[in-house]
Amino acid sequence: MKTTRTIALAALLCAAAPAAAQVQLNGAGATFPNIIYSKWMYTFNQANPTIVLNYQSIGSGGGIRQFSDGTVDFGGTDAPMSDSAIAAIQGNVLHIPTVLGAVVVIYNLPGVTAQLKFTPDVIADIFLGKITKWNDARIASVNAGVTLPATDVVVVHRAEGSGTSFAFTDYLTKVSPEWASQVGKGASVNWPVGLGGRGNEGVSATVNQTPGAIGYTELGYATINKMAYGQVRNSAGKFVSPTLESVTAAAAGVLSKLGANTDFRVSLTNPDGAAAYPISTMTWLLVHKTYADAAKAKALVQFIWWAETEGQALAPSLGYAPLPQQLRPWIQARLKSITGSAAQ
Amino acid sequence: MTTLPIEPVPAPPSPPSIETPSAEPRWTSLRGVNASDRVYKTILTGLALALPLLIVALFLQLFVSALPAIRRFGFSFLWTSTWDPVAEIYGAAPMIFGTLASSFIALLIAVPLALGVAIFITEFAPRWVRQPVAFLVELLAAIPSVVYGLWGVFVLIPFLRSYVVPPLKAVFGWTPFFQGVFYGNSLLAGGIILAIMIVPYIAAVSREVLLAVPASQREAALGMGATRWEAVWTAVLPYGRAGLIGAIILGLGRALGETMAVTLVIGNRHDISLSALQPAYTMAAAIANEFSEATTNMYLSALFEVGLILFVITVVVNAFARLLIWRVARGTAVGSKAL
Repeated sequence: MKTTRTIALAALLCAAAPAAAQVQLNGAGATFPNIIYSKWMYTFNQANPTIVLNYQSIGSGGGIRQFSDGTVDFGGTDAPMSDSAIAAIQGNVLHIPTVLGAVVVIYNLPGVTAQLKFTPDVIADIFLGKITKWNDARIASVNAGVTLPATDVVVVHRAEGSGTSFAFTDYLTKVSPEWASQVGKGASVNWPVGLGGRGNEGVSATVNQTPGAIGYTELGYATINKMAYGQVRNSAGKFVSPTLESVTAAAAGVLSKLGANTDFRVSLTNPDGAAAYPISTMTWLLVHKTYADAAKAKALVQFIWWAETEGQALAPSLGYAPLPQQLRPWIQARLKSITGSAAQ
Repeated sequence: MTTLPIEPVPAPPSPPSIETPSAEPRWTSLRGVNASDRVYKTILTGLALALPLLIVALFLQLFVSALPAIRRFGFSFLWTSTWDPVAEIYGAAPMIFGTLASSFIALLIAVPLALGVAIFITEFAPRWVRQPVAFLVELLAAIPSVVYGLWGVFVLIPFLRSYVVPPLKAVFGWTPFFQGVFYGNSLLAGGIILAIMIVPYIAAVSREVLLAVPASQREAALGMGATRWEAVWTAVLPYGRAGLIGAIILGLGRALGETMAVTLVIGNRHDISLSALQPAYTMAAAIANEFSEATTNMYLSALFEVGLILFVITVVVNAFARLLIWRVARGTAVGSKAL
């Protein structure tokens, strides 16, 4: 009895010894990148057992709040922090882009098999409640050869605040002056018309159940669930289908114009480029410029750099578009600027 | 909330049928004897006070967090309908309306159904049917609410759209309550889901209340020449009315606070429409939906104020129910003491 106890104690001590050198990093935030973040953290931990990462997908707003309060080491967000929010934490934040996504326009029109095409003004006017029938002349004019039914348009949007809604309303704000003045952009807005579905699954379920419905979801969600989604006309006048390539093209179009000193707080919607899908999104990790714990800072930088290089290869299989290559040196420069004071 | 009788009562609380041999009250004699009794008493007092304190703390916390919104919008928060997080203008009227209306529809459907189940089980069902029926009805309470919500989206709403709403509109379409195009997610769907969810609560408590009605009540009515139905209607139900109201209020409390199932089927629209076919919103659903992405302080504060209103409404409903039970109970009714 006594010997077993001693052995158990010895085993405990052995297990505890490496734990002393272990670094635990906690993060919280956006739900959209949760799948790839979990995959990254697991894969990275396999190669670096001393660094344990943990990410809670509580939503971008919660992520920003917990990051600002200092309850987590890093945050995740689909919408960049506002200037006032950054000022509130004395500017001690860096936005590091990680992966790209897209918002797709899904619809349920029984009898219509062709992929529909949407112009920016048609999408805006549908969500403003000004286009109410599917056989509206403005929808028909860009969908030659498709017989559109005379059914009512039922708009479905996200009920809860979400980065997906932020990207979608950000896009509508850019392409429609009326949307910009009447509604604006935000994780949740005052929707002029429509039903609210909870989550990507709530929106897609409502669209699937309601003939004549139109809504929007993440690209990854729509492809996994094989939903019908439309092409959208981009700023170059081309109708583009949302794919990982057209999303990366959108990012390249926007980011090529940024200087090397950018803070990465840019919107990818309505970009230049003939191949670019116009409702593209970016998601960020929020990290501090200075950490009190140098070991934490070092481990975090190591993880993010791994995610930005090797980790990017994991993105396409999970429905995320990788970042354009030309961003890497800029991100590397940002990561190198992170400091940790060893004096604790 | 019933507070436990913590203070040692001077008179022995023993049942009247048993004679107490000693004239000395038992509690008093224990007081000086055993230190562990005093510890026990202190612990129990602490536990009993913890819950009321928790409620007060909850109220204060909600109030303090809601203060910025209360200061900015004042009472107009209660009756304006704009909910615009971009412009930071908030009004909770649609959610208050939606919460009360969906709970009202739920009671309208659930009360007859649940009382019917309870009466059937206690008064009419053959003995071998009683337990299985009671068990199955109570099983409804064990289903997670998100499952109800999904069932609502995939089964109830298509069913309503094809078979229920067309005849409803044909007959009652002229009233303001069934106006407009039915898209599925609506106040009606939310109310029906809630009704199904609260039936087991109302039925289970009602059954216990009816079982507690003494057989003499039924026998007296039957002896006067009443049919079985008349005996239930004139003797059993009035006798248990306080308990039955308590059962209904329990169901109502559950309906007011239900979140997940409702948000999946009610349409989540900040709008007031008398028509049950139109989408609506409830307070609990709005808080659950919008809390995680409420980035600005005013937005967060407005959501806290919604929570505060929901809290106050629940307290008012319960207080009202308590009053009702006191008024109805007067004297003999079963269950009045328990509540």
